[in-house]
Amino acid sequence: MEKILLEAQDITVNYGAIKALSGFSLKLMEHEIVSVIGANGAGKSTFMNALMGMVRITGGKFFLEGSPLSSKNYKIVRSGLSLVPEGRRIFTPLTVEENLRIGAFSRKNRNEIRDDYDWIFSLFPILKERLKQYAGTLSGGEQQMLAIGRALMAKPKILLLDEPSLGLAPIIIQNIFKELKRINEQGVSILLVEQNAKQALLLSHRAYVLQTGRLLKEGFSRDLLEDSDIKAAYLGQSS
Amino acid sequence: MKRNIILILIGLALALWPLGGYQEGIIILMCINCVAAMGVSILTGFTGIFTLGHAAYMALGAYTAAILTVRYGISVFPSILAGGFMAILVAWLIGLPTLKLTGDYYAIASLGLCEAIRLILENWQSFTRGSRGFPGIEPYTTRGFAVTIFIFLAIITFNFLESRLGRELKASRDDGVAASLMGFDTHKSKMKALVISAFYCGISGALLGGYMGFIQPSMFDMMKSTELTAVVVFGGLGSLSGTILGSAAITLIMEYFRDISQYRMLIYGLLLVIIMVFRPEGLLGSREIWDLKMGVKK
Repeated sequence: MEKILLEAQDITVNYGAIKALSGFSLKLMEHEIVSVIGANGAGKSTFMNALMGMVRITGGKFFLEGSPLSSKNYKIVRSGLSLVPEGRRIFTPLTVEENLRIGAFSRKNRNEIRDDYDWIFSLFPILKERLKQYAGTLSGGEQQMLAIGRALMAKPKILLLDEPSLGLAPIIIQNIFKELKRINEQGVSILLVEQNAKQALLLSHRAYVLQTGRLLKEGFSRDLLEDSDIKAAYLGQSS
Repeated sequence: MKRNIILILIGLALALWPLGGYQEGIIILMCINCVAAMGVSILTGFTGIFTLGHAAYMALGAYTAAILTVRYGISVFPSILAGGFMAILVAWLIGLPTLKLTGDYYAIASLGLCEAIRLILENWQSFTRGSRGFPGIEPYTTRGFAVTIFIFLAIITFNFLESRLGRELKASRDDGVAASLMGFDTHKSKMKALVISAFYCGISGALLGGYMGFIQPSMFDMMKSTELTAVVVFGGLGSLSGTILGSAAITLIMEYFRDISQYRMLIYGLLLVIIMVFRPEGLLGSREIWDLKMGVKK
């Protein structure tokens, strides 16, 4: 049995009277890719924000390697979680290089940081060409790559991605997902929240399906890809 | 490195160029204003927090240095530093509750703070001599001294803005949420910016006292505060060289038009309007002056 890296127990989040997430539990093992899929308003992003301490949870607990996770978001980042936020949120008035350096903010070892630059350039060579350019001038796909690179500069144990396919052309999405696989093979666990169910299921080892804040199904991604309900509801194929 | 050398050369030119007494005074004033403007630039230009109360920190620096040198006979340099640290202390106390405010609300709070400190100085007669002012300050701000401090702080500031801390401030300015996702404690970042900017203003105030030989609370009123922020906006938010240029330009214009002093405010206002119309992003925008030459576009 592999080690459990991240565990969410019975997470409940309310926005006023509305229950955005009720009693959702999730496990992420070491070296695993797990995706959370679901339609709009299913609570996917809420879960991500709750995990990163951006929204207050009403009930439940998060554990990282067995110990409870802080509720302050900057402490969560320092403990080894790094989120690529929805809509990328890169610092557009700063250069690509500055964006990457900001990602390494919580680290001290300069040599390691320098090595990680090279690692990120090997994943996304285009970033090296654009190093001195302002991030706002990049194309959507390049911005997404920069956002992923920036998150990786924190040298996270777990890379979290919220809708990395948002607003990108299919070919770019495929590219980015391919790199995510490589990142995972190099030892980073990945937790992915996606509307693009097919891509997410093809990439991940296991998946959770959310519907209006509740867990609908969970299982191995390849099984879910064949599941007739999932096919009908999320993959756009009739069974 | 090249930049530091250029700054030192500018400093040497400012300090050693043979000039008459009046011109020398203008240079001293320019340096004093630039130091305060750099402080406000760190907070407003690079951290994105608008302030309308930084004259209060100048007042604190000026009064601390004046009282320490005149009344307690402490030597000049420690007194000026004490002025800076007094500003830090007060800024920290004030920042704790108010920097949780976002958007324009901090500006309003800072406005109140500025008036409060001025009124305390005005009414604490036994200690500050109130609105009669505080005379007899030793004229310790010579041209060489003012230029040295200005250039020294300018070099530090330019380098600091490219450091880890500088990036931290810029990140929380551009996107607070994303910055906290990078592991920044954004409240703390803002505190750092406020405290540093207060220190600059405190030093600047202490120098002003040493130049004028006399200070009074009305020198540090709301007009002075808005002037500080206006100069930063004039030079371009997020451009330190812009701030310095803007501050120097405004000081020069205000001084050279002293003969027609009744029209001075008119010219000042006109200048601000011209900038707003033709360069709404300020003199240099958010670029530094050497970026212009390279033609870097945002």
